[in-house]
Amino acid sequence: MQELFKVIDQNGLILAFLLIGLLYFVSDWLSRAIFKRRIPGSAIAIFAGLGLGYLGGLITNGNKGLADLELFKGVGFLGGSMFRDFTIVATAMGASFFLIKKSGWIGLASLITGTLVFFIAGVLIAWTFGYRDAVSLCTIGAGACTYIVGPVTGGALGASSEVIALSIATGVVKTIAVTVLTPIFAKRIGLDNPTAAIAYGGVMGTSSGVTAGLAATDPKLVPYGAVSATFYTGLGCLLCPSLFYLILELLTAS
Amino acid sequence: MIYGLALLAFSFLMGQWAGEILGSILGIDANVGGVGFAMIILLLCKERLTKRNLLDSEMTFGINFWGKLYIPVVIAMAASLNVRSALSSGILAILAGVIPVILAFFAFKLLIENFKPRTDAGTI
Repeated sequence: MQELFKVIDQNGLILAFLLIGLLYFVSDWLSRAIFKRRIPGSAIAIFAGLGLGYLGGLITNGNKGLADLELFKGVGFLGGSMFRDFTIVATAMGASFFLIKKSGWIGLASLITGTLVFFIAGVLIAWTFGYRDAVSLCTIGAGACTYIVGPVTGGALGASSEVIALSIATGVVKTIAVTVLTPIFAKRIGLDNPTAAIAYGGVMGTSSGVTAGLAATDPKLVPYGAVSATFYTGLGCLLCPSLFYLILELLTAS
Repeated sequence: MIYGLALLAFSFLMGQWAGEILGSILGIDANVGGVGFAMIILLLCKERLTKRNLLDSEMTFGINFWGKLYIPVVIAMAASLNVRSALSSGILAILAGVIPVILAFFAFKLLIENFKPRTDAGTI
């Protein structure tokens, strides 16, 4: 047994391949046997992943979900930003450059719409919870954009660590909400073609949420959503601590 | 196969580099659109190679393999998110995380409907 642990410890990434494969197998079976293929296996597997992340946090009190368990650290490596971005780029092979070029304007419009909707809604919710200073409001509003924009903005503005932690949590909840809600609402909002996926990526913005949600909806749409979502965090980091903060400061001062 | 993988790695690194440069030009400590640039570079390389008939199936396989690995990576990513703290850090984080998403669904629908006539006109 000791030998097995040694092998696992030295080959965390390989163990992660095996674990994800098993999880996918079970999810695919559930999709066929219980849901009659109405919910795709990949969607069940992603939800199961979130569940495991919750369990991991419950057991270790850490902040990397299942990957905090020494045994499963390879899962964290496989799900880290390097593999995530590398594999997203590879999905571009299935995309059409022509379609992306044609959708440039709607992509830009959706990015601006998305940043505004999330920031304003986040600020208003923080306001109803009693926050009145421009720095905290701005940081939480930025957290509603993505869990990267939140701490970047909070850091730039000198927000308290409690507010920054809150903004990260808000961003992670958003990612989870987008992942779960995308496959449920996709048909109703007309998210079934590449142009719509580009607009969707721009509106929602969270790369992880958009691509996970689209993967669970229709894997062919993933590259289109990713290509616009990748600009969202940058746009948020640019606007939140500068223009949006100045506007908030004017509003709260009066 | 390795040529495909190398081409992918090349596009990825160049794209990330472009994203970092754009980030520092804008004066923010974040990668702006690195993945998007990388995807566009990869697509341009693909178009060029297809035109010259240099893109064989082995090479495509080297790239598509990683593209197919995407969903397993997302599952691993979901399993390594801080789900517990996100759900336990209070009602504010949950509301501020969920309500804007629902609003954004409406915003998305409006956006799509307003853009539809124009994109249709473009295809005729």
